[in-house]
Amino acid sequence: MALANITSITGRGLAVPGNDIDTDRIIPARFLKAVTFDGLGEGLFYDARKAVSAAGQVHPLDDSRFSGAKILLSGANFGCGSSREHAPQAIQKFGFKAVVAESYAEIFFGNATTIGLACVSAERADIARLAAAIGADPALELTVDLVAREIRFGGQAVKLTMRDSARDALVHGRWDPIGELLDGREAVAATAAGLPYLAAR
Amino acid sequence: MAQSLFQKVWSAHSVRTLANGQTQLLIGTHLIHEVTSPQAFGMLRDLGLKVAMPHRTFATVDHIVPTDRQSEPFSDPLADAMIRELRKNCTAHGITYFDLASGRQGIVHMVGPEQGITQPGTTIACGDSHTSTHGAFGAIALGIGTSQVRDVLATQTIALGPLKVRRINVGGRLRPGVYAKDVILHIIRTLGVNGGTGFAYEYGGAVFDGFSMEERMTVCNMSIEGGARVGYVNPDETTFAYLKGRPYSPTGPAWDAAVARWRATASDPGCPYDDVVTIQGADIPPTVTWGINPGQGIAITENIPDPAKAGAADEQASITEALGYMKLTAGAPIKGTRIDVAFLGSCTNARLSDFKEVAKYLKGHRVAPGVKAIAVPGSQIVGRLCAELGIDRVFREAGFEWREAGCSMCLAMNPDKLVGDQLCASSSNRNFKGRQGSPTGRTLLMSPLMVAAAAVTGGVADAREVFGVNN
Repeated sequence: MALANITSITGRGLAVPGNDIDTDRIIPARFLKAVTFDGLGEGLFYDARKAVSAAGQVHPLDDSRFSGAKILLSGANFGCGSSREHAPQAIQKFGFKAVVAESYAEIFFGNATTIGLACVSAERADIARLAAAIGADPALELTVDLVAREIRFGGQAVKLTMRDSARDALVHGRWDPIGELLDGREAVAATAAGLPYLAAR
Repeated sequence: MAQSLFQKVWSAHSVRTLANGQTQLLIGTHLIHEVTSPQAFGMLRDLGLKVAMPHRTFATVDHIVPTDRQSEPFSDPLADAMIRELRKNCTAHGITYFDLASGRQGIVHMVGPEQGITQPGTTIACGDSHTSTHGAFGAIALGIGTSQVRDVLATQTIALGPLKVRRINVGGRLRPGVYAKDVILHIIRTLGVNGGTGFAYEYGGAVFDGFSMEERMTVCNMSIEGGARVGYVNPDETTFAYLKGRPYSPTGPAWDAAVARWRATASDPGCPYDDVVTIQGADIPPTVTWGINPGQGIAITENIPDPAKAGAADEQASITEALGYMKLTAGAPIKGTRIDVAFLGSCTNARLSDFKEVAKYLKGHRVAPGVKAIAVPGSQIVGRLCAELGIDRVFREAGFEWREAGCSMCLAMNPDKLVGDQLCASSSNRNFKGRQGSPTGRTLLMSPLMVAAAAVTGGVADAREVFGVNN
């Protein structure tokens, strides 16, 4: 199957600030009671959104000024906790194509990459600049450029970083590894044959 | 050259290098459950693929199982659909499934070890972050997402980059009333919830040498809470003694050969590590969390942090956010904080030794009025052993509800949930906002004996004082 080369993402941004935003917060466990990933977008940050609205405020995800945003900004250690792929699935199904955060938890990062959701890192001060620019002008378009390794907005640019293997996979359209893994069938059988606990049947 | 267990197991299971530089890693054992596998089987169907190694794939049902009564149909139709889907997929693909009627059902991270499926020197994957538990046996055990569950089903491999190895030595001895849970909460507090990013944690030192397999599992279980993808302990005589005679353990001459292989898989003396951290066992206190991530913990004798006294602005903000959610007072003692619920269960602390240790002290005590206390064995086998030893009776007589096996209130995908902003003393692994089933529910993580101390006093308490622990 041909996968898209994901070289850059252009769209409006939305910030959900904070460090250590865990996958339970991204998608509460009750939304995992399903046998498909359908409809997960509605559960994105569900409880956090409810809590904000109960306090008489508007969560960025419910703020019409930001509707249609494609780039999610956040803090450090984004996606920590559970391995639920439901978390990046919910972010993607809500409409986001990229996340810009200081850093990511490992499993989340891998899960996101595998579904073609680009997770790039940027310096805290740069994310703050981006967030400020979006706050001032929600219609501002950002471009997350994986090839040039920068995020451009309103005539400015900040640096982005991304693990080489993930950047390569997105840029060259091999972010879902299933085809390549299947191609290795014979090599897999050879490796398995060398492991007594797998060979002994 | 001297190698770590991680390097040995990694290279033995490396199939080849992929185009993006990652490794195609062979997964020897695949554990699946009802929450993260149905979508993967769906993807397999869409791609017209079969399960590559059904004989290396093992299933059980845990997250959604009601613990008051396991009988079907479940009252929750969504949960019922999930168990039926799992059963159907296992039958269709010839996968061994430890169903409710098997007598061997339980939390997936308890079933693997109990059955002897979890073995040293192997790679294990499961669509659950607490797969790191199996590292206690000297396995490289990885929590994976659903697309990777698909990858393992279809190819018995995943694409993964290598990890660095951090050796964590815990030397000397633990003080009385300090448990494996305190060790890992202390490690996470010390190194941070993202301190382990990019690392495998290798736990060792005198404290781990002396630990039982169940204690090692408790620590490895929460490696992911410290940001480490995997955690492990080198296999030794304790490991072999645990595995001997289990249903899937080798027998006869194959057993001797396996033990020889397992021994050789341990890290070589003097092998290089990317980082080494040393902690003294005597410095580890009974630890309890006060915040909204597992790194926000303090000694039971300490006061709740005050943001005004925190250094960085970041830390101030995170303490303020956590205290706001937890409705706790900065600078106040954590001891004495009133609780509503006591939960003794989860893949972190619901093994026989956990219930046995608590039962030793619980006799003659009563759960405080107004506290709902539930004890949930992690597996049907643990439940049965507790019944044989009369441990369930000790809990019931003390006023605990004694339940059937499952994940239960750790993440509340079954009917066991906090209500409103109830505060729960919990032996589980995560204190995230809303984790225990109520969007405003609050969790304090601690050892099983500390949960019991909170249950009988009605508030966070020092188990050493409540139960006179001095051995």
